[in-house]
Amino acid sequence: MEILVCIKQVPDTRDVKLDPATNTLRREGVAGIVNPFDLYAMEAALRLRDAHGGRVFAMTMGPPQAAEALRELVGYGVDEAALLSDRAFAGADTWATSYTLARGVEKLGRFDLIVCGKQAIDGDTAQVGPELAEQLGLPYVAFVRRIASHDPAAGLLIVERLMDDGYDVVEIKLPALITVVKEIGEPRVPSLKGKMRARKLDIPVLTAEGLGADPDKIGLNGSPTRVLEVFAPKPRGRRVRIEGKPRDQVTQLLEHLKKDKTLAAKVGAA
Amino acid sequence: MSLKVNPELCTACEACAAACPFGAIEVVDGLARVNEKCNLCGACLEVCPVEALSIERQEAGPVADGHEGVWVFAEQRHGRLAPVAFELLGQGRVLAEKLGTRLSAILFGWGVRNLAADLFAAGADRVFLADDPRLAGFTDDLYGGLLTRLAIEHRPEIVLGGATAMGRSFIPKVASALHTGLTADCTGLDIRASDRLLLQTRPAFGGNIMATIVCPSRRPQMATVRPRVMRRGPVEAGRAGELVEVSLAGVEWMDRTRLVEFVEDLSEKVNLVEAEVIVCGGRGLGGGRHFGLLRELADLLGGSVGASRGAVDAGWISYAHQIGQTGKTISPKLYIACGVSGAVQHLVGMQSSEVIVAVNKDPHAPIFDVADFGLVGDLFEIVPELIGRLKAARG
Amino acid sequence: MDYFLTEEQQMIQDLARQIAEEKVLPVRAELDEKEEFPRALLAHFAAADLCGLNIPQPYGGMGLGMFEQALATEQVARVCCGVAVSYASSGLGIFPLLLYGSEEQKQKYLPDVAQGKTLAAFALTESSAGSDASNIQTAAVRDGDAYVLNGAKQWITNAGEADFYTVIAITDRAKGPRGATFFIVEKGDKGFSFGKREKKMGIRCSATGELIFSDCRIPADRVIGREGMGFIVAMRTFDMSRPGVGALGVGLAQGALEAAVDFARTRIQFGRPIIGHQAVAHILADMATGVEAGRALLYAVARYLDSGAKEVSKVSAMAKLFTSDTAMKVATDAVQVLGGHGYMRDYPVEKMMRDAKILQIFEGTNQIQRNIIGQELNKEAGRARKK
Repeated sequence: MEILVCIKQVPDTRDVKLDPATNTLRREGVAGIVNPFDLYAMEAALRLRDAHGGRVFAMTMGPPQAAEALRELVGYGVDEAALLSDRAFAGADTWATSYTLARGVEKLGRFDLIVCGKQAIDGDTAQVGPELAEQLGLPYVAFVRRIASHDPAAGLLIVERLMDDGYDVVEIKLPALITVVKEIGEPRVPSLKGKMRARKLDIPVLTAEGLGADPDKIGLNGSPTRVLEVFAPKPRGRRVRIEGKPRDQVTQLLEHLKKDKTLAAKVGAA
Repeated sequence: MSLKVNPELCTACEACAAACPFGAIEVVDGLARVNEKCNLCGACLEVCPVEALSIERQEAGPVADGHEGVWVFAEQRHGRLAPVAFELLGQGRVLAEKLGTRLSAILFGWGVRNLAADLFAAGADRVFLADDPRLAGFTDDLYGGLLTRLAIEHRPEIVLGGATAMGRSFIPKVASALHTGLTADCTGLDIRASDRLLLQTRPAFGGNIMATIVCPSRRPQMATVRPRVMRRGPVEAGRAGELVEVSLAGVEWMDRTRLVEFVEDLSEKVNLVEAEVIVCGGRGLGGGRHFGLLRELADLLGGSVGASRGAVDAGWISYAHQIGQTGKTISPKLYIACGVSGAVQHLVGMQSSEVIVAVNKDPHAPIFDVADFGLVGDLFEIVPELIGRLKAARG
Repeated sequence: MDYFLTEEQQMIQDLARQIAEEKVLPVRAELDEKEEFPRALLAHFAAADLCGLNIPQPYGGMGLGMFEQALATEQVARVCCGVAVSYASSGLGIFPLLLYGSEEQKQKYLPDVAQGKTLAAFALTESSAGSDASNIQTAAVRDGDAYVLNGAKQWITNAGEADFYTVIAITDRAKGPRGATFFIVEKGDKGFSFGKREKKMGIRCSATGELIFSDCRIPADRVIGREGMGFIVAMRTFDMSRPGVGALGVGLAQGALEAAVDFARTRIQFGRPIIGHQAVAHILADMATGVEAGRALLYAVARYLDSGAKEVSKVSAMAKLFTSDTAMKVATDAVQVLGGHGYMRDYPVEKMMRDAKILQIFEGTNQIQRNIIGQELNKEAGRARKK
């Protein structure tokens, strides 16, 4: 199987904090990490390759340092990687991003399966996977928690899609795209040989011109959405500390909760 | 469209560079310089003390090309309308009034004709109904393809959907096919009167900042909203409206994906994204067997059980219960966190809960910074006490 | 402090650390509590190519040295000494083969160890032969083209879990120090069985147990080196493997130091974090100095051994002696710094203290190490005088 994993290098949002005094994000020294969901996507792809043979490619759209994220994946066993990088790609929303990624996919070749993580932890939209599938005219299933079976002869994959009330079992024809959630399987560990290979691997960089991308469809220019403004979220939490022995604490808590009509109905006469 | 720095006025004070959330400004050789990371949010304009910055914008005039109407995708699953559909109709009604236009609901399924009345009652002026055996189960190809075709044919200016598993799965496909903008997980929706633009507000960077997004030139403007974020509107039983029957004719890709079966999660009566009350267990529980205690509390309050990533990773409960950045995002009326430390990635998933109660023996646990009511103590004493009081009240 | 590692060495250190933190840390307390052998974790080390660091490349290893192995072992020990012992002991088990094995033996056994498919174990200790290694009773009698072994080995690390064992037995008691031989005994050999698994104070997830040879018949090609070389093989093996034990000590001490510093920064007594009280800061200062001195000595000795130096016994003994004594002291001090909390199993330092003790005992007690150093000092001075 030829499998492509689309990844994103993101700031570690644990470390990105809003400075309440200046209303701006403090981003000094915030490390770039591989989007956690994408490591799960990589693991799903590697398991398919290990079971059925073939190759796994990794691709990302980002600034030059995103190549480090690709190298990290090669350390885990991914075979090849390519970086889509161009100043013209910057500021892209999900539409422009998926357009660009689609041109990259077309440039790299034919794939049986494209695997993406469910969402990126900086944007949290979960849109790029489905939008990429649509750009490529591929069927897709999002939120895959398990690949139940693969029938290479028939070109079919059976997957389980996590829904809010359980899961759907879906049969999908290859070539296709899936986005995965954590249940798909814990990522393996990198290997020393993999990391050595990653250090030396030539990672081609594809620019807008190299992709033949339409300048009106990439980057900030090609994005249907715009950020109008940013502001600090309202600080939440009344931070009322309820002290005392457990019995007293519970009494006080119930008193507070009963002040709300809906909650009062739930706790009743307690 | 770009951010311009007036070199005559710029004093290289670096206030703009500090204010930029995206790292797009650097002061080099005594002048502020903008790089490609700029997305014209305007945060820098507000802080420049000498007004050296300006943004040239293409003015998006009132949309004159005939797009009108507010649409709500009324999700139904297994014959039941999702609560978020009513919340969207409530907000959709407000938007439609401001725009002076009609509110329509889109209903797909098989044997769901009877649900149209509920949609009219909740404020829809029009319901587009596609009642077809092929739509009995949800597939992205059919639901997405059909909504796309309808949008092309009828040209709404706004399309809203619930940010449920179904919505987050297929609505991006529609936005991509229509070459338009989609804003996910909006916490606020409003209309800018001057140009009828939909203002879509959502959290970004793991909830560290709020952003207002617009889709100036493309139509429809699309947005998804999480369950329990918007309020339902008033219900007028028996209210009449226009029913438009829709067929699947012209929809491509009928057979690339096939829904084989649905396996229900029987561990929760109410799924987490719709739950009004959630009792969440973290590492402080010390073991999977203790989730039974939380289950008892949740049942007494008519709620569901959630878990932090630590508890799921320890194998104490399944991933379907995980709340947080790599799990589910929920916003119940009441959220009770037991033995949860409150790491940022967890807070991201639950901080829009209306009332947060935290129980933890560590007084410095970060969860207490976002809680409304913090109980420092042993959850194995406090939770049974609470359960006992609730039970006693029932008699 | 920067030890000027090469890029490759840095990769090894980073990789071992990543696995230790992502895979070992979440389960170390449970493994200790249940005394469960960490087989699943060893699979991760194998997948990461960390099981054959000092096995030569022709046999599927990375062809690196004791220094690189020590770097990896140190990172694992920082998180859990028991897992680190299980990981590193296979390396001890194959040392006789690495040093004296025939080409056929190396081809047969080493590749699978390098890939993490099999585990090895080293077997010398017996009930009557601890420090007095020459007092071993297990005997091997030649019988045609085979040897028959009788006897029992005690307290063998990886007993029952390893797939093959390098075992020393007496082949000719009359020859005294020249009367022992090393053999390869495989799990499944007729007459070879395992006794009870020991319940220990520390490194509880490590499998420690008895090997029982009851008319155990093995082919003659299982001899490592030649008959009579046994004690030479053993002494040389210990000379080379002591940096590995040193790495366990440095790693454990580092983990204990970090836990103590973190606690001291957040625990507030008398109005400030206790790290602000001199009594505590001084303890931490001495701990940190010991850890760094141990690390510097360990790295220097490991590099020296890898250079192919011949006279290594003295410094190799120093590396083991100093780091293990330091580990015991640092772990004990860590418990002291954490005070009552340090005594509770909720905190990791009591386990570190329990784990550390064995480092002063196995692979030659620290008393034996001092003997060796003393003897070497005497020899060196004697040689110097003659010049």
